Amino acid sequence: MATVSLKKLTKRYGNMEIVHGIDLEIADREFIALVGPSGCGKSTTLRMIAGLEDISGGTIDIGGRMVNDLPPRSRNISMVFQSYALYPHMTVRENLGFSLKIAGAAKDHMDRRVAEASAILGLDELLERRPSQLSGGQRQRVAMGRAIVRDPDVFLFDEPLSNLDAKLRTQMRTEIKKLHAKVKSTVIYVTHDQVEAMTLADRIVIMRSGHIEQVGTPDEVFSRPAIRFVAGFIGSPPMNLHEATVSDGRLMFSGGDSLPLPGQFKSKTAAGDRVVFGIRPDDFYPTGHGLSSGGETEVHRAELPVSITEPLGNETLVFAEFNGTDWVSRMLNPKPLKAGDRIGMSFDLSRAHLFSAETGKSLRS
Amino acid sequence: MDENASARLTRRALTVAHRVGLFLAMLVICLPGIWIVLSSLRPTVEIMAKPPVWIPQQLSVEAYIAMFSGIGKGGIPVLDYFRNSLIISVTSTVIAVAIGMAGGYAFARYRFRGKSGMFLGLMLTRTVPGIALSLPLFFLYVRLGIIDTHIGMILAYVALNVPFTIWLIDGFFRQVPKDLAEAAQIDGCTRWQAFWQVEFPLARPGIASAAIFAFLTCWNEFALASQLTRSVNSKTLPVGLLDYTAEFTIDWRGMCALAVVMIIPALTLTYIVQKHLVDGLTSGAVKG
Repeated sequence: MATVSLKKLTKRYGNMEIVHGIDLEIADREFIALVGPSGCGKSTTLRMIAGLEDISGGTIDIGGRMVNDLPPRSRNISMVFQSYALYPHMTVRENLGFSLKIAGAAKDHMDRRVAEASAILGLDELLERRPSQLSGGQRQRVAMGRAIVRDPDVFLFDEPLSNLDAKLRTQMRTEIKKLHAKVKSTVIYVTHDQVEAMTLADRIVIMRSGHIEQVGTPDEVFSRPAIRFVAGFIGSPPMNLHEATVSDGRLMFSGGDSLPLPGQFKSKTAAGDRVVFGIRPDDFYPTGHGLSSGGETEVHRAELPVSITEPLGNETLVFAEFNGTDWVSRMLNPKPLKAGDRIGMSFDLSRAHLFSAETGKSLRS
Repeated sequence: MDENASARLTRRALTVAHRVGLFLAMLVICLPGIWIVLSSLRPTVEIMAKPPVWIPQQLSVEAYIAMFSGIGKGGIPVLDYFRNSLIISVTSTVIAVAIGMAGGYAFARYRFRGKSGMFLGLMLTRTVPGIALSLPLFFLYVRLGIIDTHIGMILAYVALNVPFTIWLIDGFFRQVPKDLAEAAQIDGCTRWQAFWQVEFPLARPGIASAAIFAFLTCWNEFALASQLTRSVNSKTLPVGLLDYTAEFTIDWRGMCALAVVMIIPALTLTYIVQKHLVDGLTSGAVKG
């Protein structure tokens, strides 16, 4: 097992720079998720760590050993591909044992490792089948089994669940988490799905346009987003983000509506500052249907018209009109609502966020 | 009659029409072959008869016996021709497929300067008719002293087949997902091992078809061979057919018999290789 350290890691294709000198320290046995929109450089970064992509600058250390120019086979890593990349001409058993066969391992050692991996992942029944005879979820498990058999220092996952349907994805997510608990190795997991990142990772690395925007635990990136991009990216449904101007202790929105300036930001803003106000759907709720138990210190109440509702059973997403646009709110213990109804809404301003409109940086301390 | 019954009837009628159509098409395709086999077994009078005699009156294997009975007894050096054909076709096929694999893989997997230009250039060589090359090649070979040699013929056929094998094999390597070679490298393979362990087995149907095409091209080629071969040293079977023509006569029966002898190995080889042509081997490799 090993630490992974990226220093000033850069990737260029010709004149185009894709990854701009990123730094990242990953601890031994840590589960790190690289997350970001498509084209943010997360997969390229993973492929550079794997050795499938040359690096244009910086260094990669795995277990304290610089691996910049080593071929993939010398890095003692294993990787699960988005496409699974199972060898179609081999049975599941041969797929699992392939790396050991190439390494020239003894037959009994190979059989034992394959048996262990297939027991962990429940593949015993499938060992003599070919990949074409497996379902998507089974293929996914074989791909993970192939990764375990190698007993690698670092596991790399490249969007491993994107090809599965929603139900199977949730199930496999749990299996990956269990797997990590069992094999206790360093994991680098690339995904564009922030729910996967939140549920699986010890720490999340949020990337955009080849830069790292924030690194933190799931709670940190959710509760204390460092920039506006992270605030909008993490959380589902996303945070309500609207531009406003500070004036006279209030936030004036362009549509004419206004909210009191949350107390914690009073010392950090001056009249005339242009800011972005952010509030999560959980902190903007129909009065009496929120998360909090009534102990909130700074709640602003307003009567707003409902434009649409999305019932989810245990909760309903209510889109309420404020300042001429729809703001999404989460209604717990839902009661029936219809478009056009007026409803009392609470803004829990103590949990609101404020970002600079120019730099996008959070104004929270 | 209700709707379902009439739909059933229509479907049956269509099936019958479909089979009759297929039979007719197969008949048209097979007729020349059948005619050659028949002609090799019947007397010249019957072959030349007008209107044609469809049902043979008498059959004999005389032409085959004569073919193998040596010079002077109506025979031709068929074993020499056969040996030449085999050596030239097999060697040039092996070389063309080896080059085709290397070239096809490079075109499918690597980016390099002038790639599309080179590919187009290779394809353009196919637009030149073989016969147009025969005279320049003849002069060239005479100067080099490789006229009427196996090596000369092998060179010509390799050049003829390489563009095609590269093109065909390139297409098959493109179908093998790149992820598989990468997965193999992560599993501990070198680039070379990844190729032989993973990519080659999956592209095998394509390589087998390229080999069949290359072999048949060499086996059946006449235009170049008739110019570049002179004697039993290098004459191939198609050129051997000319032995049955004399100044004023053509021994049609003997010629057809030799044609049958030529067809048999080609058919056998195709039959052996065709089981490798099973497609869909890559299914299940990646999502889907």
